Amino acid sequence: MIRIQARTEPSSLMKLASPLIAILCTLIFGCILFSALDKNPFQALHVLLIAPLSDIYNVGEMLVKMGPLLLCAVGLSLCYRANMWNIGAEGQLLAGALGGSVVALTFIDSESVLVLPCTLVAGIVSGMLWSAVPTYLKLRFNSNLILTTIMFNYIGLYLLIWAVNGPLRDPDGYGFPESALFSDATILPTLVEGSRIHLGILLAIIAAFIGWFILAKTHLGFQIRVFGADEPAAKYAGFNSKKLSWFVMLFSGALAGLAGVSEVTGPIGQLVPNISPGYGYSAIIVAYLGRLHPLGAIVAAVFLAVLYMGGDLAQIEMGIPIAVVGMFQGVLLFFLLACDFFIRNRLIFNKPITH
Amino acid sequence: MDADLIVQILFAAIKTGTPLLLIALGEVICEKSGILNLGQEGMMLMGAVVGFIAAFSTGNAGFGVLAAMLMGSFMSLIFAVLVLQLGANQVATGLALTIFGTGLSAFIGSEFVGNTVQGFQPIAIPLLATIPYLGDILFKHDILVYLSFGLPITIAFVANRTRIGLILKAVGENPHAANAIGIKVLKVRYLAILFGGAMTGLAGSYMSLVYTPMWAENMTAGRGWIALALVVFASWRVGRIMLGAYLFGFASIMHLVLQGLGVDISSNLLAMMPYVATVIVMVVISADQFKEKLLAPRSLGKPFDPRDMA
Amino acid sequence: MAETLKKRHSIPRIELANITKQYPGCLANDNVSLTLMPGEIHALLGENGAGKSTLVKTIYGVVSPDSGDIIWDGKAVSIKSPSKARELGIGMVFQHFSLFETLTVSQNIELCLTPLQLTKIGNLASSITALSEKYGLNVDPDSYVHSLSIGERQRVEIMRCLVQSVKLLILDEPTSVLTPQEVSGLFQVLRTLAQEGCSILFISHKLHEVTEVCQQATILRAGKVIDTCEPAKETPASIAKMMVGELAEQDAGYSKKEGLHTVFSMTSLNLATKHPFGTSLKDISFELKAGEILGIAGVAGNGQDELMAIISGEDERNTGAALALEKQSIGQLSAAQRRKLGMAYVPEERLGRGAVPDMSLTENTLLTHSQGFIKSGIVQWKPLTDYAKKLIAQYKVKCHGEFSEAKSLSGGNLQKFIMGREIGQNPKVLVCAHPTWGVDVGAALAIHQALLRLRDQGAAILLVSEDIDELFLLADRMAAVCDGHLSPVVKTLDTSIDEIGQWMAGTFIHSPSHHSEETTA
Repeated sequence: MIRIQARTEPSSLMKLASPLIAILCTLIFGCILFSALDKNPFQALHVLLIAPLSDIYNVGEMLVKMGPLLLCAVGLSLCYRANMWNIGAEGQLLAGALGGSVVALTFIDSESVLVLPCTLVAGIVSGMLWSAVPTYLKLRFNSNLILTTIMFNYIGLYLLIWAVNGPLRDPDGYGFPESALFSDATILPTLVEGSRIHLGILLAIIAAFIGWFILAKTHLGFQIRVFGADEPAAKYAGFNSKKLSWFVMLFSGALAGLAGVSEVTGPIGQLVPNISPGYGYSAIIVAYLGRLHPLGAIVAAVFLAVLYMGGDLAQIEMGIPIAVVGMFQGVLLFFLLACDFFIRNRLIFNKPITH
Repeated sequence: MDADLIVQILFAAIKTGTPLLLIALGEVICEKSGILNLGQEGMMLMGAVVGFIAAFSTGNAGFGVLAAMLMGSFMSLIFAVLVLQLGANQVATGLALTIFGTGLSAFIGSEFVGNTVQGFQPIAIPLLATIPYLGDILFKHDILVYLSFGLPITIAFVANRTRIGLILKAVGENPHAANAIGIKVLKVRYLAILFGGAMTGLAGSYMSLVYTPMWAENMTAGRGWIALALVVFASWRVGRIMLGAYLFGFASIMHLVLQGLGVDISSNLLAMMPYVATVIVMVVISADQFKEKLLAPRSLGKPFDPRDMA
Repeated sequence: MAETLKKRHSIPRIELANITKQYPGCLANDNVSLTLMPGEIHALLGENGAGKSTLVKTIYGVVSPDSGDIIWDGKAVSIKSPSKARELGIGMVFQHFSLFETLTVSQNIELCLTPLQLTKIGNLASSITALSEKYGLNVDPDSYVHSLSIGERQRVEIMRCLVQSVKLLILDEPTSVLTPQEVSGLFQVLRTLAQEGCSILFISHKLHEVTEVCQQATILRAGKVIDTCEPAKETPASIAKMMVGELAEQDAGYSKKEGLHTVFSMTSLNLATKHPFGTSLKDISFELKAGEILGIAGVAGNGQDELMAIISGEDERNTGAALALEKQSIGQLSAAQRRKLGMAYVPEERLGRGAVPDMSLTENTLLTHSQGFIKSGIVQWKPLTDYAKKLIAQYKVKCHGEFSEAKSLSGGNLQKFIMGREIGQNPKVLVCAHPTWGVDVGAALAIHQALLRLRDQGAAILLVSEDIDELFLLADRMAAVCDGHLSPVVKTLDTSIDEIGQWMAGTFIHSPSHHSEETTA
């Protein structure tokens, strides 16, 4: 007979194993699904997970997708640690892209070395602004952060669409909804010759280390953790909850904004309506899969980036709709949440109790 | 503005508000039991796509509605198992449900994009429809809208006047006390969640069978989220949900109104209106913390494990 | 008819035989047996954690035992749920009431009844009123529970059992939330019920109450039945010995001290409640002196939480000069700033407020004690860990080590840790709420002695407690709160349990002599 019993102490092994088990379960689910669709499951999994890492070019492309995922996820990790349910990374990313593009297009004829830093700063500030409004509304008016950040994602999306169809549209672009190509001075330098691996990816990894340092080593990070784990204790200890809320939200907004501006000044090179295939939403899963640990997010971001790449390849090579990526992400999060049950509980295999 | 235009706008506001009303009615029951299900958007998309496929394959819109409701319940069942049985965080699980539903609906619906179905046709109610103005606004809708007129009254009656409502309120206020006096807390919550899922599935099928009788990826455009805001707006009261749904519906078609009035604003900016309106509403209603604490179900979003009682 | 009555009296109302319940890491009940006759008032005695609550929850069907039998009116039964228990005629009044504040009294009672019972009763409201008159419970069926006092709520719980013609009534620590006067009222009701043949199982750890009302007592220790006795034939000391085991060191009388200069004062504080079901504070003034313990008595929910929050600054509203520390106004300062000035707090809720459950004791040390452990924003984990070890050793906190999570500690050990952490910051003022609530005798003694040591070092201590005996033991001066009002402050030696009890019930509120006794004292 199998029984479930609560553990007296949470299992630290399961804390680490849970994401791996969840990934495994998701893959099994994938096999079953592809078999049901009459696709060879092993070929499908190969295309989804192995092919994206098979050559230098593909690895480079994978890293290009990892950058924005990681930047957003690091910020979200801090937010969720502080129990601030920021679902708005997508909108903050779009705002960053839009704000950066305004600066980049204003100085499109400039050759100055200052243009790129200005563009990046503009993107970061725009992202912060986009997270500042819901934060202010929550702290001042007690409005629900989840719902306002979601709404700001939609508002940001329509603002971007409006901009590329209106004021930022390339006058020589035959009416296509996209901006002019940015000048070389506003393009992020690539790190590896012949690939699209750009500075933004390095910045993302640095951001992850900064996030880890804040959480693990600083008093601020300690306060964030207390605030998220046990708000009454934080109040009792006299921590300034508003300051902490502002910090995590602006930090997260800044990183998401950086992710956005790095996309337009990096791999894309202009402002287009579909900058993000939902990086801001996928980052939620990255953050969870990385156990809300900024360094864990690096590994998780690589996994999701592989999945994104694999989705592209699977569509081209096997005619599997790209939407399969989104579905896998949802399934993965389900399995992760389910596996986390065993951090605090365990299965016991024993004979029925005799009375 | 002439009278005809006003009638048309109000007619459209009701039509647009109906899916919000349906979701919010389900979610309010769920929240009264203490469970916050943020997966509305995902369940709604699944309802929409499954409803569409069923109606498209059978040629019967009724089957579509039924299939959508079943699908909505099934989706909410996943949520219920994770949250109630495995003690998963309600917010995270709701988000997972939305991400999953968005992806899965796009996946299974990809072959059906561009098709249309014969959805429900408007039925003018004899006599009532001939009332000047009012008849045109209220009594020339399809069967699902009429259903949505009746549901709030039924649900309000059950929630406020019956023992079921009393049990629901007790579970939502204090699940530990409810468990101690022998109410099956998990059972009540399971049923509440499943009911919410069925209603959201129904709302999804309304989108793909009536509102725009076709399937498109992400066609619900955040309505699931707006409905969640609507529940807060209504302070968990069924009567106010009905009012709020039509107000939100009105906000959603504001761009049509403005265009009708000849205001020259980009349609992309006008498309933001429902979301901006939602934010404004969230700010106005939540500013009074005292009132919200008084009215919100007290255990909302908090985990409950009957084993903790020991 | 008479014959059946006689027969009923010869068989026990309930018999528990060898009840065993195992929780992970804890044997809550170990072969517990107990017999209750009709009309008997039986005390279940034991320390916190002795297994009393588990046992009564087993009888009430909330907990299912691993093994053992329950025999009800001579028949073996299995009580799978509270509804089954109620069907048999078992009613229970919980320590933390199982009432719904947003519902009315009669709705609360209705929820406990089956539809069949409801139809049998007919008009519920009138039946409540009738019972209320019969037993002097004074319960209005239409009032909302949140508007009722704690004592009234308890009567609603009892009423809930009475409507279903209860044969066995279980009360879990019913007196801990009542004023002394309310306690005698409750005992009157219990005696009436017992005379009508209802059996009563009464959980308590207050010995004098048990001797007053109970005919039989069963004593539990570490899940086992240690002894049974007739309370009337025992002394508090002999029962305490049975409860605790080896002759534990007892709180002896402690000497009272005269305070020195005023360290902290509150002047005419009026404050509306932030929470719909909270209590507003009304014109509260008192002074707290160096080297004294000022005790505040009162039934829970009379403004203690609000008072604590506004003193600590957790309630962020600016109260300006209404609060003063060493003659400096501090009402405008944040909680953190007040801590820096030398204020420290031991909150009522240990786990979840006083300590973060999922964090280690080292991290929980840093929670309030950051001075000296932060250099330019970076936490100095090494010295912090050493300090946490020192605290654990000094206060004899039983745990695996400084890395143990707070929630793995027992209530008493966690309380010793929190107490040590706050005292370790050499506070000028320590505000301390219910320091020994739910704590075993040994830990309570250690906590009492730590408080007295701190007082003797010259700190000013505000002690809020529901335990009137503890206040008389420790406090140098005392007052009571009722409905957000504070009574006059008097020297402990000049007052009596009866007077403080009257004040807890609010008799001082309209008395013109407010504030005058302070000067005469």
